[in-house]
Amino acid sequence: MKTFIKRYRFFLIVLVPFVLVLVFHRSHGVKAVGTLAFSVKEMLFVLPPIFVLLGLMDVWVPRETMVRYMGEGSGLKGVLLAFFIGSVAVGPLYAAFPVAAMLMRKGSSFFNLIVFLGAWSTTKVPLVLYELSTLGPAFALTRLSMNIPIIVIIAAVSSAFLKEEKKTVLYEAARNL
Amino acid sequence: MKTSLFNLALYAMAGFFLVFSFLKDKKKTRAALLKSWKAFEKILPQLLGVFLLISPSLAYLEPDTVARFLGERAGWLGVSIAAVVGAMTLIPGFVAFPTAALLLRGGAGLMQMAAFVSALMMVGVVTAPLEIKYFGKKLTVMRNVLAFALSFAVAWVIGRVAG
Repeated sequence: MKTFIKRYRFFLIVLVPFVLVLVFHRSHGVKAVGTLAFSVKEMLFVLPPIFVLLGLMDVWVPRETMVRYMGEGSGLKGVLLAFFIGSVAVGPLYAAFPVAAMLMRKGSSFFNLIVFLGAWSTTKVPLVLYELSTLGPAFALTRLSMNIPIIVIIAAVSSAFLKEEKKTVLYEAARNL
Repeated sequence: MKTSLFNLALYAMAGFFLVFSFLKDKKKTRAALLKSWKAFEKILPQLLGVFLLISPSLAYLEPDTVARFLGERAGWLGVSIAAVVGAMTLIPGFVAFPTAALLLRGGAGLMQMAAFVSALMMVGVVTAPLEIKYFGKKLTVMRNVLAFALSFAVAWVIGRVAG
């Protein structure tokens, strides 16, 4: 019960004004309920298959084996793998940091590491699927086709501007994280 | 619903992979579904909370008011507001997309919502301290600044293409 209150604190807090509106401002309240019902209905209709796919990808993609092909000189294959691992991941960006440390320990190149982070933040498959259905294909596909080169640009720039010694320090540090 | 065909395809795809996975490895499939449920349950409170917050707000805010700050008329100022909000907040994409969709219905502009979504996904001001722990100050600052700046490019292009 306690954890429920803690987790749903935000929900419970915003529930109060919602109920007040409904009681004292009937016409606005009815409008709000309409919007709410639309959103919840759409969510319950769209999300289940997306989350099933998300769980399946997380369980079946062998990250640890794939890192072997992401080292220095792995070329396009390494970059594609970095995109792939980041895109089938589950969780917010800060959940990517420990995985990134794992990739560093297992010898991923610096460039591929940054590509992985970028993919995790923006090209996740379940998210893109949800984006397609909520914001439409024109929005989602344009954003995706912009973000893929942007991820590569960010990886290239940070790879070029960070001194080799600094990178070595980061890799050393990752060993202890 | 205009996207129903897409959604049906999603159900078909998920169903297919689920059956395939189940035939290959029951244990793994169970673990996957548990993961699915946990991930969903994790975003649920926030998602419902945002819906509860936005629906009455939109009932009060005239589309005109939303449009003044986040609509096409708000131009680059609106894009900047949206990008800053996106960069500063920590909302999962699963919550952000329906929020942006609701705001679009309420009068927000496409460019502005693109900046919001893009900055939200790529930039993490709140998580920067954690990122620094893993990647150092220089890399973290560089990655976030670049991502923030490029959110404007994304907004501009989406405004052209999808608008």
